[in-house]
Amino acid sequence: MGKLTIGCFSSLVGSLSLDFGVKLAEAAVKKGHEVDFWVSSNATMLSKKGQKAFKDYSHLAKTLTELFATGKFKAVACEACAEARGYHKDDTMEGWGRRSMDWYLASAFSADRVLLIGGD
Amino acid sequence: MAITKLAFIVRSLPYKTEASRLALTHAIASQTVEIYLEDGDNVEPVLCFIGDGVLNCLKSQQAGKYYGITSLEQHVKNSLLLDLKVMICKEDVDRFGIKEDHLVMDAEDIGGDTKAQLVPYSEIQKVMEEVNHLQFF
Repeated sequence: MGKLTIGCFSSLVGSLSLDFGVKLAEAAVKKGHEVDFWVSSNATMLSKKGQKAFKDYSHLAKTLTELFATGKFKAVACEACAEARGYHKDDTMEGWGRRSMDWYLASAFSADRVLLIGGD
Repeated sequence: MAITKLAFIVRSLPYKTEASRLALTHAIASQTVEIYLEDGDNVEPVLCFIGDGVLNCLKSQQAGKYYGITSLEQHVKNSLLLDLKVMICKEDVDRFGIKEDHLVMDAEDIGGDTKAQLVPYSEIQKVMEEVNHLQFF
């Protein structure tokens, strides 16, 4: 089994790129792969706790909780990007890490594949 | 002991989105990646500016004055100061009618020795084929 590093920059609401990233991670984990999921820029919104499900918007919190439970999925948000948007440590959903950008590069170091999903 | 080569290919316009800034800040973050790795292991970033992305390398950007933020010019300089490999596509620079002396080609004013390389796209293509992981911004 391999290790996939996914970087995402798109926001949770306003684009479906982040949905694609999370669903790809889910598919990879289901196949037995490990996934490191890095969010920076507007994608840090995904790490915010208290997201409510509405039919008109993406809701990925439940999927993320299930992914964390597998032990094969790590998700880390860029701390500076999150702080700049007013998402503080206390606002972060359980399971998430908060690090600087070097974490993403370190993950890429040992990844079999790196997929960067750009931003808006 | 291993080196993983990472290419950051910048195609985005400066300031219109955060993309080119993210390419530069992520590439610069390679300076501290060793704290996560075994001794001797490291990543080697290369920054390539192609298409509209070459406009990120223009001199005399006024981001501080107009937006109150650091300029992409400063980030390119910081990359050179940290000895990152910076390549700028010559055909795209020519397409915009930009002269080399209007581009950030060095960071001498802040003490850097490394120079940016203005190269044909074929050389950037070669780099893209050589690296372990390719990322487009």
